[in-house]
Amino acid sequence: MISVNRYKCGYCGACVSVCPVGAIELIETWIEIADTCNECGACARICPIGAIEVLA
Amino acid sequence: MRDKYDIIVVGAGPAGSITAKTAAMRGCNVLMIEKRQEIGDPVRCAEGVAKLRIKKYIEPDERWIAAEVMGSRIFAPDGTGVELSEDVSGSEVGYVLERKLFDRALADAAALAGAEVQVKTRATGLIMEDGYVKGITAMHLGCEEVEIRSDIVIGADGIESKIGRWAGIDTTLKPSCVNTCAQFLVADIDIAQDRCEFHLGSAVAPSGYLWVFPKGNRCANVGIGVGGNTCNPGKRPIDLLQDFVRTRYPDGKIIELVVGGEPASGPIERTVANGLMLVGDAARQVDPLTGGGIANAMDAGSIAGDVAADAISEGDVSEARLQEYDAGWRDEFGKRLDRSLAVKDRFVTLTDDDLNKLAHSVEGLDFATMDLFGLLVTLIKKNPKSLWSLRKMFV
Ligand SMILES: Cc1cc2nc3c(=O)[nH]c(=O)nc-3n(C[C@H](O)[C@H](O)[C@H](O)COP(=O)(O)OP(=O)(O)OC[C@H]3O[C@@H](n4cnc5c(N)ncnc54)[C@H](O)[C@@H]3O)c2cc1C
Ligand code: SF4
Ligand code: SF4
Repeated sequence: MISVNRYKCGYCGACVSVCPVGAIELIETWIEIADTCNECGACARICPIGAIEVLA
Repeated sequence: MRDKYDIIVVGAGPAGSITAKTAAMRGCNVLMIEKRQEIGDPVRCAEGVAKLRIKKYIEPDERWIAAEVMGSRIFAPDGTGVELSEDVSGSEVGYVLERKLFDRALADAAALAGAEVQVKTRATGLIMEDGYVKGITAMHLGCEEVEIRSDIVIGADGIESKIGRWAGIDTTLKPSCVNTCAQFLVADIDIAQDRCEFHLGSAVAPSGYLWVFPKGNRCANVGIGVGGNTCNPGKRPIDLLQDFVRTRYPDGKIIELVVGGEPASGPIERTVANGLMLVGDAARQVDPLTGGGIANAMDAGSIAGDVAADAISEGDVSEARLQEYDAGWRDEFGKRLDRSLAVKDRFVTLTDDDLNKLAHSVEGLDFATMDLFGLLVTLIKKNPKSLWSLRKMFV
């Protein structure tokens, strides 16, 4: 499961650019993750502020 | 909003606004959409730009110039400093902008030239027919999705670009090809207001660098960018930045936070398709070494706007016709991106010791009339062994 901390997220869109399946969408001040996410963790890795986590 | 235009530009950053302005001035019917409700806000930028490259497109206006800088100083891990001058140009400094106002001024200019601008309007997909892009689907002010048609769609949708992917151009970045960044606007600090600073080394910014760009009035953008592959819990840009600012500017007041990613992949293979072009960060046209992307985005936008106008008047918007744009921007700054990528790829492998040695090798030399390119040439000449791989590109 992928978890986004909306209170941490700085809505910068960096995570969108590394998602191999295009599952992330930045909308104004939050991100949405579609169920096509394969939990590769790329988005969590590069987030400058640590707002995304892949939960076991 | 109408249901058909000559050109739809998606994204109202510098790339989109210059594209829209150029095409509108050529008599095209242009719609530029921006998904945010406020153009230019929030900022994701350190705001440094070479004066000469901006002046080509817009008359300087003190409202969006926060500071003017004469040069920059690069610090090796052990504190050895190398000074570079700005007036030979080529460096990414000159003005430190107020991007919130700058981006709006550019969008304004596009609107004045005749482009229609719509905010809080998000492209959600492309209309594809017979292998051609024929427009977009979009949500305007949160209402139901609508179809808007056009002969050409231009993706100026920044780092998070989807337009290319929807048209079959894979713009996905590897984590190592994103510089992940955090920046504070720090107020009430004693810094040189006429110079930008860059700090290297594993302690401040592993495989990246830290910057201090003056914004006038005892304020500065203090930021860190590191390679996405080296970004680890506890050592993320935000953590590194907090450590640095706490130690270096204990009395500074943080009045803004910026986070963001810079594409650092170097040029992508293809930036056009039938009825489609990509410009700016969407086309990964950012300098991989300096992270500078504003001026390239504007150059590319101006070429794209012209080629789009010509293609439409000729009634041929095929990939082959639009290729003129792809060739045009590569001609303008493609080589610079290649070179910067090679330097970046070499520099991220250097240890603190290596970096110190490089700095010592040019210590005492006069770089007051030299830019980044000149410095790199000198470094390669003085350190042929460690920088061997870069020799061909520079000397
Ligand atoms: C921390 C940081 C520091 C930087 N420092 C510098 C610097 O000092 N100097 C420099 O030259 N460059 C710098 N850059 C790079 C620079 O900010 C970018 O290269 C520049 O903004 C690119 O302009 P653009 O128009 O291509 O994209 P952007 O300015 O990102 O604009 C893209 C726009 O498209 C919109 N959009 C996205 N998707 C959609 C959609 N589906 N529908 C509608 N609209 C959409 C976005 O909301 C956005 O407004 C920095 C970047 C970062 C992250
Ligand atoms: S990279 Fe992090 S801060 Fe930026 S939009 Fe994604 S989750 Fe939010
Ligand atoms: S975990 Fe991987 S697939 Fe899932 S949203 Fe993040 S980048 Fe995309």
